[in-house]
Amino acid sequence: MLKLLLARTTAMVALLMFTPLVHAQTVSRQQAGAVENQKPAAAPRHDISGIWDPGNNGIQPLGPRAMPDDGKPEHQLPYTPLGLEALNTHKPSNGVRSVLPGETNDPVVYCDPQGIPREDLYELRTTQILQTPLNVIVLYEFGKIWRAVWTDGRDLPKDPEPRWFGYSVGKWEDDYTFVVQTSGMDERTWVDRAGRPHSAELRVEEKFHRVDHDTLELTVTIDDPKMYTKPWVALDKLHFKLQPPNFDVREMICSPTEFAEYNKIIGNPASGKGAQ
Amino acid sequence: MRNKLTTIFLGLLLVSVPLFAHHGAAAYDTDKKTTMKVTVSEWFWANPHCFLKFDVKDDKGNVVHWALESSNPADMVNLGWSKETFKPGDQVTVTFMPVKNGNPVGRIQNVVLANGQTLSARVVF
Repeated sequence: MLKLLLARTTAMVALLMFTPLVHAQTVSRQQAGAVENQKPAAAPRHDISGIWDPGNNGIQPLGPRAMPDDGKPEHQLPYTPLGLEALNTHKPSNGVRSVLPGETNDPVVYCDPQGIPREDLYELRTTQILQTPLNVIVLYEFGKIWRAVWTDGRDLPKDPEPRWFGYSVGKWEDDYTFVVQTSGMDERTWVDRAGRPHSAELRVEEKFHRVDHDTLELTVTIDDPKMYTKPWVALDKLHFKLQPPNFDVREMICSPTEFAEYNKIIGNPASGKGAQ
Repeated sequence: MRNKLTTIFLGLLLVSVPLFAHHGAAAYDTDKKTTMKVTVSEWFWANPHCFLKFDVKDDKGNVVHWALESSNPADMVNLGWSKETFKPGDQVTVTFMPVKNGNPVGRIQNVVLANGQTLSARVVF
């Protein structure tokens, strides 16, 4: 009798011990990270590394979260005449100026790289940050793309050859705030999904603020005097939650063959370009 | 209980989501909701959108090839969908927004699988 009870108790204890492990491996991102109702630990100094999830707030289909293209007056940007002219050449498939899927000229739809700042402002998903002695590496889920932010004290290059992701340098403003400056961004990219334009003079500032052990906030400011009469805030403290170090980040890759199939089956018929 | 939750969830989505949101909203008749009982011919799990294909006979008995899109796999996985959700031959009931131009194309809102399970699609497209 005692043997049976012991066996059953052992089995139950084993089950209880095993179940949380299995659960953790298949845990959804909403459940991962800090335990509910438990105050998170303090922020470590000079450390924004980790796997960070912004939830659905990073998807931003209407344009950046702090400045969507929704037609509201408070979200109208201070365009220069050149900025407005450039805006009108962009035919987005989202926002108040959206066109039919078969009519868009959004470069990302055709699998061009998003570049900076758009990688922060559209389909920003689970983001991994690594710190090395000389730079900070940011790994993005959308496009499975990465970038380097130099922390070795170098200046931004003068008159650089444009890059989709520009050139970035960063430094600690205080123990918990890492500020990144980026310039030299290729003019072919759009600022966001809504088609806001930028010139070669664009400067982007990103502030990564480690609020506590489990929370990171990102603020993005756009400064392009050729396109906008003053700088504007695209993301205002977008909240990221720390994921466990064994979190498997999904692939989200723009495949030209998949896109061609999509256009054939859905995009073109939806735009009246002929049924399949 | 699950159906109740799904209904509430769907209701919340429809209330809280801006109408002209994502890609392709311009093409869709967002006020129309169509429900069809269909046999799946293919489930394409890919970016930028997954899509479900099925054939339907029209009034004259002609076979019409339909295709309905959903959001991308990253979004769908969070709603409980997967690459294995459909197999060719599955009999399902699908509710969708058709395109305005009358072509046999639409945007999935939800589906009831053969086993009775309801899956909601991401309406914030």
